Amino acid sequence: MSAPTRSTVLRDAIGLGLAVGLYGAAFGAAADAAGLDVWQAMTLSALMFTGASQFALVGVLGAGGSALAAVGSALLLGTRNTVYGVRLVPLLRPRGVLRRLGTAHWVIDETTALSIAAPDRGLARLAFLAGGASIFLMWNATTAIGALGAAALTGPALAALDAVVPAAFLALLWPRLRAGFPEAGVQLRVAVGGAVVALALTPFVPAGVQVIAAVVAVALAGRPKPRAAAR
Amino acid sequence: MSGTGLWAAVLAGSIGCYLLKLAGLSVPAAWVEQPWVARIVDFVPAALLAALVAVQAFTSGQELVVDGRLAGLAVAALALALRAPFIVVLLAAGAAGALAHVVAG
Repeated sequence: MSAPTRSTVLRDAIGLGLAVGLYGAAFGAAADAAGLDVWQAMTLSALMFTGASQFALVGVLGAGGSALAAVGSALLLGTRNTVYGVRLVPLLRPRGVLRRLGTAHWVIDETTALSIAAPDRGLARLAFLAGGASIFLMWNATTAIGALGAAALTGPALAALDAVVPAAFLALLWPRLRAGFPEAGVQLRVAVGGAVVALALTPFVPAGVQVIAAVVAVALAGRPKPRAAAR
Repeated sequence: MSGTGLWAAVLAGSIGCYLLKLAGLSVPAAWVEQPWVARIVDFVPAALLAALVAVQAFTSGQELVVDGRLAGLAVAALALALRAPFIVVLLAAGAAGALAHVVAG
């Protein structure tokens, strides 16, 4: 058994950056398919820098949804990062306003996972910084590649892109439905419920609203019941 | 949507998501560690992503439609079930979608 050291922390951080890069290219392509230009796609990756929220924003816009519905979806997914921040404070202890403002920008799924996995605070900080830097660079570079590449597509290649976008969303959802994910059975019911409500509402509400409505409906239907929890 | 509307969504969403990150580093942990917050964090992603999959794959504006995207989604689900890597899932879905487009003419 070998304890994680600086070099293994760095290797994991760089490896994760490379893996995330593929998702960046898919995001760039999805943004183009949704009607965003290359600058808008790149601005999202540089400033929003949280993949699921970025995918949600362009997903709702691509479905013809309003800016409000799109931003609402992005913020709903962005609440994850608030919880991550709370977990990271004792590990990273960002001192001073500037350091806190800078740290906040890189609080995402991957940097949280890397930091929490590190065996001590020094390595946690290294994992956060190295992972954040590697992911930020790759994510922005591949977003540009994906957006520029998708913008150049025509004909059957464009039909391919139309099929790739829902597949990318399914790939983001899939790990939550796998056995082994906490409460995978409930996750599956929530997912099916969200999809059914969204499709049922599509003919009747403005585009994009059905996505938000599906989330609200599923959230209300699934309020925790003390009895259900005891079973 | 106009370019201005898109930019408004891009910038408002980016600022909002940044403030959510900053809040986690700034507010007392007890404010965030509430059962209802935990539920949002645990289950909203599944509902939202599934709703987006459905809308992306089966709607066009306010109409429900079935087209080449269904072929792509079915192939993607199969690839994911076989634990294929992300890039393989996307390439297979894209190939299926393009093929369905060509066959359907």
